[in-house]
Amino acid sequence: MSGFAKPLKIALGLAVIAGLIFVPMNFNRYGLFILSQWAVMSIAAMGLNLTLGYAGQVSLAQGAFVGIGAYAAAIMTTHGWPLPAAILVAIALSFAVGWVLGYPALRVQHHYLAFVTLAFSTLAFLVFRNESWLTGGIYGISNIPRPHIFGFATNKPLPFYYVCLGSLAIVSVAVWWLIRSPWGRAFMALRENPLRAQSLGIDTRRYTLMAFAIGSALGGVAGALYAPLTQYIDPVPFNLSLSLDLLMMVIVGGAGFYFGPFLGAMIAVLLPEWLRFTEGYYLMLYAVAVMLLLIWSPTGILGILDRYMAARRTKAASALRAVAKSRLETVQ
Amino acid sequence: MSNLFDLLVAGLATGAIYALVAVGFTLLWQTSQTINFAQGEFVMLPAFLMLAAMHAGAPFWLAIILGILLSMILLGLAFKMLLVDPMMRHGVLPLAIATMALAIGIKEAVKQFFSAEASPFPSIVPTGDISILGHAVSLQSIGVLGVAILAVLGLTTLLNRTSLGHQMQAAAQNPTVARIIGVPVERMILLTFLINAFLVALASLLITPIYLAKFSSGEVLGQAAFIAAIVGGFNQVRGAIAGGLLIGVLDNLAAAYVSTQYRAAVPMIFLIAVILFRPQGLLGRAEERTV
Repeated sequence: MSGFAKPLKIALGLAVIAGLIFVPMNFNRYGLFILSQWAVMSIAAMGLNLTLGYAGQVSLAQGAFVGIGAYAAAIMTTHGWPLPAAILVAIALSFAVGWVLGYPALRVQHHYLAFVTLAFSTLAFLVFRNESWLTGGIYGISNIPRPHIFGFATNKPLPFYYVCLGSLAIVSVAVWWLIRSPWGRAFMALRENPLRAQSLGIDTRRYTLMAFAIGSALGGVAGALYAPLTQYIDPVPFNLSLSLDLLMMVIVGGAGFYFGPFLGAMIAVLLPEWLRFTEGYYLMLYAVAVMLLLIWSPTGILGILDRYMAARRTKAASALRAVAKSRLETVQ
Repeated sequence: MSNLFDLLVAGLATGAIYALVAVGFTLLWQTSQTINFAQGEFVMLPAFLMLAAMHAGAPFWLAIILGILLSMILLGLAFKMLLVDPMMRHGVLPLAIATMALAIGIKEAVKQFFSAEASPFPSIVPTGDISILGHAVSLQSIGVLGVAILAVLGLTTLLNRTSLGHQMQAAAQNPTVARIIGVPVERMILLTFLINAFLVALASLLITPIYLAKFSSGEVLGQAAFIAAIVGGFNQVRGAIAGGLLIGVLDNLAAAYVSTQYRAAVPMIFLIAVILFRPQGLLGRAEERTV
């Protein structure tokens, strides 16, 4: 992104943030629900982007962590606990389970790891569905309350949208900080060359587990917001297809790019809604769009932008070189 | 005991179908590093192609032939040329994601253009029971098992006993050297895609009479085939066959003896155990990894 001038980038960022705050004010109930869903899915996809895009560990279990977070929040808030406490529990729980799930990653890699996490995802779904004493089984949990934040009730769609947006902002800043910290660099070293990372003294074991645990914890946060958003949860939304959807979001947006998950979640949540005027065809068109995009740019949307910037930079550099060369010749 | 015998026969019959699907899955992996997340949908679609041909007035036998041919064109040729070829050199993951999108696309297309309801499908084997060793065994199970065994035998003969099969194996194991000694690698890869399309069409013909034709039926089947392929050995045809039979039997026994609620968990736990303790699969070779 270094092709843009810095003030321009800041202005663009502020415009997007202002747009997200002010434009939805006159949205209807459904529009706000979709936009809140985008914010929640962005958080989950950001977690997966840490695990997959930065640390290079394939996970097909992010949907299960969204489920763990959602059930933790639903069970606690319906028993009278405040949502922030539930979010903390969701984080702790997902972090711990994610840490344990990271252990297979120490033994196997790539597609094998994908299948271990896939199996975990299915097991988690079975637990959600069958342990009805805890999760309500197929009947689910209803009447999940929305929180009071600093005394403000957020029962209406607009205030709760701001809760989701605010959480997205907090998570975004935290992730931004994390990937610029030594930890983030260790994650990238893990992705690029685990052997060299180890020889440089990076404890690859610990960082692999960390990458899984932190990514999963963000899935838990997303789930803890999803429960009060829909106010009713049952096992179905947390089956394997959610994990696959989240993986699709990360890849389509651009794995390993900071803004990838935001764009990927936008495509996965908003594009089907925009295509709804085509009625029965909308998911088909969505599938075709995703395939065409990946054929055009396997590194996702931000991959296109990245290539464009790189090409411009090369062009600019060779122009500079040509100028320097001609100057050299005139001097001679 | 008679209960156990019935469960084993039923398990072997579904396992044989899983094996067909899993073999196709491993063939694609070996020759082109394609992890086909749409494999289950590939099994679901041919039944609808055959149904469509019958609605157009074709007799059953002609519908079967048309269905298999159309599957080979759509799921073999078109799949390879339009989706796999442009993405193959960009690594495993983007292609895997693209096949997930393809799975959604196929499901939605069937739902939109055909029906969201389950449709009955005629069986190539007559219904009824015959008696083996004093047990009543359904003709359907025997027929399914027989056709699947024939298909697998045919395939292994092709791969191991013919020059064409040797060329295919060479193309899969070391494309660079194969190219040097004159194997038309591209054509061999295309051939594996056609074989996969044939196998899934055959599986579709065998399994649809049992479970009905439904747009969503590919999900369970695709997952079972995945597990079978990995449990048996991702890089071995005979591994995939063994894995398919094993998962079929395990699934049936788990439903009877563990609990119906957690029957789906048994193959998953088995899968995790295999990956952790013997990642190359029960019959597979360890893959050499580049660092």
